[in-house]
Amino acid sequence: MSKPLLEIRGLTRTFGGGRRWFGHDIPGVHAIQGIDLDVAQGETLGIVGESGCGKSSLARLLVGLDTPTAGQILFAGEDLQALRKKDRYALSRRLQYVFQDPLSSLNPRKRIRDILAAPLRHLRGLEGTALDRRLSELMEVVNLRPEFISRYPHEFSGGQAQRIGIARALAAEPKLLVLDEPVSALDVSIQAQVLKLLRRLKDEFDLTYLFISHDLSVVEAISDRIAVMYFGRIIEQAPSRRLFHSPAHPYTRLLLDSAPVPGGPPIRAESGESELPDPLAPPPGCSFAPRCPKAEPDCRQAVPLLDTLGQRGDHRVACHHPIEGPWRRLDTQEVNETANE
Amino acid sequence: MTNFIRLIARNRLAAFGGIMLVLLVLLCLITPWLPLDDPNITSPENRLKPPLSAGHLLGTDALGRDILSRLLWGTRVSLAVGIAASLVAAFFGSLIGIVAGYFGGRTDNTMMRGIDMLMAFPYILLALAIVAVLGPGLMNALYAIAIVNIPFFARNIRGVTVGIAHREFIDAARLSGKGHIRILASEILPNVLPVIVITMSTTVGWMILETAGLSFLGLGAQPPQADLGSMLGEGRRMMLNAPHVAVLPGLVIFLLVMSINLLGDGIRDALDPRLKSGALSRPAPFTHIRRRQVPPENGSAANALLDVQDLHTHFEVGRRTHRAVNGVSFTIRHNECLGLVGESGSGKSVTALSLLGLVASPPGVITEGRIALEGRDLLDLPHRSIRRIRGRNVAYVFQDPLSTLHPLFRVGHQLIEAIQQHQAIPRQEARELAVSLLDQVRIPNAERRADQYPHELSGGMRQRVGIAMALANNPQLIVADEPTTALDVTVQAQILALIQNLRETKGTSVLFITHDFGVVSQVCDRVAVMYAGRIVEIGPTADILDDPRHPYTQRLIDCVPRLGEPNNEPAAIPGLPPAADALPEGCAFADRCDLAEDACLRGDIALRATDSDRQVRCIKPLGLPTRQGVMQ
Repeated sequence: MSKPLLEIRGLTRTFGGGRRWFGHDIPGVHAIQGIDLDVAQGETLGIVGESGCGKSSLARLLVGLDTPTAGQILFAGEDLQALRKKDRYALSRRLQYVFQDPLSSLNPRKRIRDILAAPLRHLRGLEGTALDRRLSELMEVVNLRPEFISRYPHEFSGGQAQRIGIARALAAEPKLLVLDEPVSALDVSIQAQVLKLLRRLKDEFDLTYLFISHDLSVVEAISDRIAVMYFGRIIEQAPSRRLFHSPAHPYTRLLLDSAPVPGGPPIRAESGESELPDPLAPPPGCSFAPRCPKAEPDCRQAVPLLDTLGQRGDHRVACHHPIEGPWRRLDTQEVNETANE
Repeated sequence: MTNFIRLIARNRLAAFGGIMLVLLVLLCLITPWLPLDDPNITSPENRLKPPLSAGHLLGTDALGRDILSRLLWGTRVSLAVGIAASLVAAFFGSLIGIVAGYFGGRTDNTMMRGIDMLMAFPYILLALAIVAVLGPGLMNALYAIAIVNIPFFARNIRGVTVGIAHREFIDAARLSGKGHIRILASEILPNVLPVIVITMSTTVGWMILETAGLSFLGLGAQPPQADLGSMLGEGRRMMLNAPHVAVLPGLVIFLLVMSINLLGDGIRDALDPRLKSGALSRPAPFTHIRRRQVPPENGSAANALLDVQDLHTHFEVGRRTHRAVNGVSFTIRHNECLGLVGESGSGKSVTALSLLGLVASPPGVITEGRIALEGRDLLDLPHRSIRRIRGRNVAYVFQDPLSTLHPLFRVGHQLIEAIQQHQAIPRQEARELAVSLLDQVRIPNAERRADQYPHELSGGMRQRVGIAMALANNPQLIVADEPTTALDVTVQAQILALIQNLRETKGTSVLFITHDFGVVSQVCDRVAVMYAGRIVEIGPTADILDDPRHPYTQRLIDCVPRLGEPNNEPAAIPGLPPAADALPEGCAFADRCDLAEDACLRGDIALRATDSDRQVRCIKPLGLPTRQGVMQ
């Protein structure tokens, strides 16, 4: 296997905390706890998790909007933090970010031309006719009419605004795009348009995607490989098909069981409180143990590490007692068959 | 800009202030060319002439100087000093505010503590102290007043900047390669500029008063130079024998400051986005109803709990009419769950709010239709009766419980209030009932949770409280408007199970509004699909999902990625829904539909029955004579 494009090693980010003059030190909140992750050139890695699991914090660390407390991010073998010290724009030329809320990520008082021209000017040094040519290219690439370029953001619908957000990210000619819930603020019909656009752009510009979402079906539709996050850690990681075929972590199974499918069988709801642990006082051992139906005493003692499952080596899970065998839910086909009998 | 002027002109007082100020400023500007006496030439033989005497329209002062001339020249000075001082204060104050708000942390702390120190002095004393150090004089008074007002700007602007600095477009600008200075100048400044202008317009008048105050005390303009404050100060000594010497400058100060303040308030109202969005207009407690004719009672829905017929709700904004709900009819039977599905802007929430007259009026108006709850037309009832129905017969659950629960009251208190609104029971009993309601929605430790505030609960718990509140008076119908959209899937699964359970045990009917077909197929017996303010298809959930009749329903189902079927690529619908103020003739979906023909673009397309309990609004419904379940 060739060297991955992005290597994340032991990435940690702690918010708050510190020393006090009197009394105990203030505990910090661990948003990201020692994440290891590789992303290969040209693949789409989906990151799934519920609110508060740290997926957005991870995204902000990658594109340089935040600085890690510990750990390393290597991009094509170069350390991003070292790169950033040498050249402040180095990160933005390699990695770009697409925001969740398309409208709030566009300055309401600037025309689309100014918004798109900023990365071209500051990151690519374009001016004059070269800049204009590139601007119209960008508008064409994301299927927006050329005359839209002199309008203000509030004149656009959510889907169009998100295309502008994508065009801005592409303007920097990055190798990797971090897409943070890029379609969750959009209506389903618009969502499908944007997903289609993203797929086309990936082939056209040979991009690598890190696709963050809380919506399993969207992630499944676009990703080659999926990592599931819970409470600041990656708890399972596998090729997309394999993850949905035989999820090994009880939390992944819970997520799959909870997602309603149109025309699908009844979903299973968790009994008990489905709440995240208190981030200021995390439980010892596995952070999912308090909710886990299969928790054993050893789960509450040691934090399980991400470990390879099976012989193929591409399925890794952080669980002391991973579940084996395929995940089954009656699919639509079978329901119809039983209904017809 | 013309829009801005129109907004100000609509506010009569502000227009009055504006006109007055323009006149005063014009007078000041043309003063050097007016045939006036020199304001500083004394002529002791003409001293203290009354107004309207020959050659001196407003009389003369103690040194025989022409008061009209001095007034005009003095107003020039006062205006210039007031405006200059507020520009200086606005510049430095805003600079401090923007820098402190943007960088935050230690920079913010240092700068704002400095500002706090400045504010710790009573500020007229501070101004006096500054003038005392610098020495009296008009320029020094200007500096003093500017310095004293810097904290006011700094604090205002910092507050606004902090709000903007964490917005996503600032991050986006950073990723576009912009440095701090560029972000401050080109991203933040344009967004705080309206606030700076508002703050200035409300402080200029105040600064003119302060300058006048310092001059009155002899610390501002020095004789013989005239400014309004010093004229007032000189006139004060002969208040009794020549009152006009003091009264006239006082009157001018009054007119000047009043006109500036009136205009300033107008500018604030026109620029402040919060006020612009209608925070000032007070919506009526009930939606306006303007029905020309009432649809006749429909016998077929006699056993229905709720029967809505041909409901039209419009928003009238200026000259435009947005037809948000455009002829919606449906019924809900006892213990039934009807799903209302559609994309944003399809009119599903407005339909739900129209049921009990909860659409904000103005601009909302119900122009047609009949809403019958157990045979009674709700649109015909007096407001008092509607209020009794709200929360008792029909209750609402909204999307975001954080914004519907009051943040300052304990959840138990809010539940007790909801109970006592409709049931005359003592507080202790109401509390027991509240705790048992929390129990029913499976909140662990209900007794303790009742004493917590909404922010202490997680999103899922808050939505449970919202449902408990809806259940408080055993309603016949619960209207749930996207109750799980803001929740995580695992929590959503629990809330859906809870709603299902309550329906079984309590026999409540539910109108469930959502955009998610997955959720619909979990909880709804029947589903109505809305597009551009109309129901395009209605029928049993399973039938519609398996075998949609309307092309829109079909395409909408196809564009949802389905879990567990990665090969099934979602198919996008091209184009956008039509705007609610420009609905096309014929089928609203026609220009996005690949099956459309000429007939689709003409006339009104009716909702017609295709199967026994299904209706579709399409002239050539899909897959009609097939057996259900065979279509894939």
